[in-house]
Amino acid sequence: MTTLVCIKRVVDSSSEVVLTDDAQAVDGRYAGFTMSAHEECAVEIAVQLGDATVMTLGDADAVEQLRAALAVGCTAATHVVADPQTFGPADVAREIAAVVRDSQESGGGHDLVLLGNDAADSGDFQVGIRLAYELGWPVVNGVTNVSVADGQVAASGAGPDGHETYRLPLPAVVTVLEGGVEPRYPTVPGRMKAKKVAIDERTPTAEPAGPGRVRLLLPPPAPSDVQILGKGAEAAPAVVDVLEQLGVLSR
Amino acid sequence: MATVPASAKVVVIGAGIVGNSLVHHLARLGWRDLVQIDKGPLPNPGGSTGHASNFIFPVDHSREITDLTLDSMRQYKEMGVFTESGGFEIARTEERMEELRRRMSSAKAWGIEAELVEPAFVKEKVPFIEEDQFIGAFWTPSVGVVDSLRAGTIMRDGAVESGALTTVPNVEVLGLDVEDGRIRRVRTDQGDIETEYVVIACGVWSPKIGDMAGVSIPLTPAVHQMISVGPCPQLSEREGEISFPIVRDMDTFCYERQHGADMEVGSYAHRAILHEPEEIPSIEQAKLSPTEMPFTSDDFDPQLEQAYELMPELLGAEGAEMRYAINGLLSLTCDGSPILGESHVAGLWTASAVWIKEGPGVGRAVAEWMVNGHSEIDVSHSDIARFHPHQLRREHTRLRTTESFIKTYGIVHPAEQYESDRDQRLAPMHESQQKLGAVFFETGGWERPHWYESNAGLLEQYGDAVMPREHEWDARWWSPIINAEHLRMREAAGVIDLSAFEVFDIEGPGALDAVQVTCVAQCDVPVGKVIYTPVLDPKGGFKSDLTVMRLGDDHFRVVTGAAHGPADRQWFAAHVPAGTTLTNRTDDVVTIGLWGPRARDILASLTSADVSDAGFGFLTCREIAVGDVTVLASRISYVGELGWELYVAADDAAGLWDTLLDAGAAYGAVPVGIGVYGTTGRIEKGYRAFGYELDAERSIVEAGMQRPKVKAADFVGKEAYLAQRESSPAAVLCTLVVDDHTSASGVKRYMLGGEPVLTRDGGTLTDGHGHHPYVTTAGSAPSLGKHLLLAYLPPAEAVIGNELAVSYMEELYPVTVGSVDATALLDPSNERIR
Repeated sequence: MTTLVCIKRVVDSSSEVVLTDDAQAVDGRYAGFTMSAHEECAVEIAVQLGDATVMTLGDADAVEQLRAALAVGCTAATHVVADPQTFGPADVAREIAAVVRDSQESGGGHDLVLLGNDAADSGDFQVGIRLAYELGWPVVNGVTNVSVADGQVAASGAGPDGHETYRLPLPAVVTVLEGGVEPRYPTVPGRMKAKKVAIDERTPTAEPAGPGRVRLLLPPPAPSDVQILGKGAEAAPAVVDVLEQLGVLSR
Repeated sequence: MATVPASAKVVVIGAGIVGNSLVHHLARLGWRDLVQIDKGPLPNPGGSTGHASNFIFPVDHSREITDLTLDSMRQYKEMGVFTESGGFEIARTEERMEELRRRMSSAKAWGIEAELVEPAFVKEKVPFIEEDQFIGAFWTPSVGVVDSLRAGTIMRDGAVESGALTTVPNVEVLGLDVEDGRIRRVRTDQGDIETEYVVIACGVWSPKIGDMAGVSIPLTPAVHQMISVGPCPQLSEREGEISFPIVRDMDTFCYERQHGADMEVGSYAHRAILHEPEEIPSIEQAKLSPTEMPFTSDDFDPQLEQAYELMPELLGAEGAEMRYAINGLLSLTCDGSPILGESHVAGLWTASAVWIKEGPGVGRAVAEWMVNGHSEIDVSHSDIARFHPHQLRREHTRLRTTESFIKTYGIVHPAEQYESDRDQRLAPMHESQQKLGAVFFETGGWERPHWYESNAGLLEQYGDAVMPREHEWDARWWSPIINAEHLRMREAAGVIDLSAFEVFDIEGPGALDAVQVTCVAQCDVPVGKVIYTPVLDPKGGFKSDLTVMRLGDDHFRVVTGAAHGPADRQWFAAHVPAGTTLTNRTDDVVTIGLWGPRARDILASLTSADVSDAGFGFLTCREIAVGDVTVLASRISYVGELGWELYVAADDAAGLWDTLLDAGAAYGAVPVGIGVYGTTGRIEKGYRAFGYELDAERSIVEAGMQRPKVKAADFVGKEAYLAQRESSPAAVLCTLVVDDHTSASGVKRYMLGGEPVLTRDGGTLTDGHGHHPYVTTAGSAPSLGKHLLLAYLPPAEAVIGNELAVSYMEELYPVTVGSVDATALLDPSNERIR
């Protein structure tokens, strides 16, 4: 039983989004880079399932995110070196599928592919489904917990009518929402070990196709709805009023 | 919620440890109508204070920094936010052990308890450390951690409650208005504040704010990486924030500091990562805070391995994870000192580039300086006025801090020279000096020959009289050629490049008043007289010592050292009345010294002027023709020899230099470097130097420089000086002779300065200030065949013939008091100068 977990280097969150000068991407010089919270959970699940390989499609800097996943317990890493800004969801799905197929052909193969529900920057929600279609595998989206037993994967999470659990045969694709597992931080020995893992570098199998991006636009700043109720003890009556309006308190 | 007032006496920009401490002390000293603003929220506005590691090791080689640190520790303790943990600085190499022995010298000199210990001693207190990784340690029991945010809140709230202060957070400064050279107004996004004073105390943002008033605050935001690993079971089983001593792993440039259940590992080993103040993110743009930048793990990885080797059981403990990792921003300067004091814009003050360990002490010192005109702790090495123009360039700060960052925990020789951004100021005769094999040291950007390899041939002539040094450390940044040049100067003559002198002219109807009020010595003298004088601050401490020449009824020329020149110039400028001018002549006037028993013969061979003692008396100056060049000759000496300082237009300087060397050769004259001028020449004569023997904590009386009379005219510090003369001094500056240099290993050792002076059997001495004596200057006295030390001793010990000891690298060497006032050991009756 081996798992492939797919991650993407994205700009970390901050309350004000900063764009690059060419408006083609979010600028990470202030906030730094990370993988999305969904992917952190996918990595955590993959590590808990055991024998996890991490992969990404990204530029040279994306090695940082591969090493971060290695530091928390992934044992191998594949890097499709490409400019992620020019690769749409269909392109990315194709490249992941190529990695999965090549792995099968070389005798390894992955039983389960985990992805984040959607990337923190582009938010396309597409790669998981397109990948499953490409591979002809079953897929379930937006779950928070994953377990494997007897050749079946059980994937569960919140649905419109309550908690839903799906069982599907392996091999399968699952996209993960944050909230079900607590991603671990790296340990010092983990980080040291991650530094020494050789990363399998690949080039994309095809040029990106399909729609491209013109530019990003920032929405107008949201007006502040912060209201200062007062300071110190004097503010207490106003706070009580608010809590009453919210139905937290009743007089 | 407070709002931005329309007017204030003082506006303090910044609510980190410095700004908070400053408003507290200003209020304590009685100032009212204080306003403090910060762009961020309280209590943590997002500056460097908010992410500081908050630990304090008190021992530093610098007295000024140590005093500020000790004062800060005292204040933190008073506020109840100090936790004593003890701290180790561990050595992995023998070279580092030697450095730790040198650190013991500083600890003893500053009176801080410390000892060198074996690895087993460390292991007992820090059980998770690997003993085989290091060979010894420097143990300081008084090391501790503070809560700097809490301290800031206590101080700020105290000032608010006393009614002296209004603090308004979340206010952005948009501009500083300067009118007629004086700060008038702070413009903010919430209204303008009319004000008498502004203090820029906003750490890494200070340069950006300073630029708004045209004031360069030369610091750079720089990254200090830090991670936090936990929970570690070894730590979590104990109560409180810290229960194990802090470990500084000096040779890997990192530290391990317990913080509750976590171990913080900080590093100064990575490449220097510098930012521009304008490029620091806003609170909204940052993930954590503006000064907690994204961690770049590649830079830290080598440190991680070294830290792991030192504490594998702790850092590799089950469940211990790297929970927090930042590239924290802090402030660095080109010389490592803070930036304090009033800028060239009147009323606009700075208190920047200050670390947690100095914060409250700096707050007190700057507040005293603002309110009283001087501070109890001398902070002249941190004076913003110290910077020369080339040091105000951002490029200079960037290059120097890049070079020095790695030396944060480095072994830095006291004479060590920077390599970057050199050759900023070259004497006109620089090319000639290069041909002579000059070894250049830098002062104030000037490249000054320290000695000349062309004089190496003298070594053979003088043999052991050049006092060669066997130990590499003692001989580093030094050459026996210095002593050979010295001997030749005393035997024949030396030609010394003094281009670096800071020279400024005060001209106009108020010129006499300007020098009279700043100088202790009588300046109302006939035209053509040269005056050597102390310059005091209002409390009677030294601002400077320098020479003044009266060139006309309304024309005085002030000549001072390069290192402190800009600060002296700013001090005089502040006392020049309207209608009188101060003109900086440093770059267009070059000074060349000619001294030695043959100096008169050499000068006479080049001029028709009467240079006999009768025709050109000591402490007089006048213009004469030397060859075809007009020079202002001044008969004075800092090396105790007959001779002149020759002031010449920069364009004529290279020619004059060659002329003097050519003509001098026949009389045995050689070019002589600053090694002689700055140390050996003066120490034999007991001449004091500003920044060594003389500083704001020393008085004329203690320095043994009082004259029989005090001039009638008023001058800054007069009242204090008169009082000093009436009471007996708390310490007395003495010259000590080292009696025996032989160390336990048989190698002869030579002190370099900074060492503690003890009783003959190693007992502590304490002067009337409660300070312990230390060596202010150490150097060869080749004409005496001795190594001399200058030190302020308790008056009871200041007795000629008194037998004491100096501690050097943890060994005692016998010394004897040779002189207890300014009397020179060489030529005490000054025959040679005549």
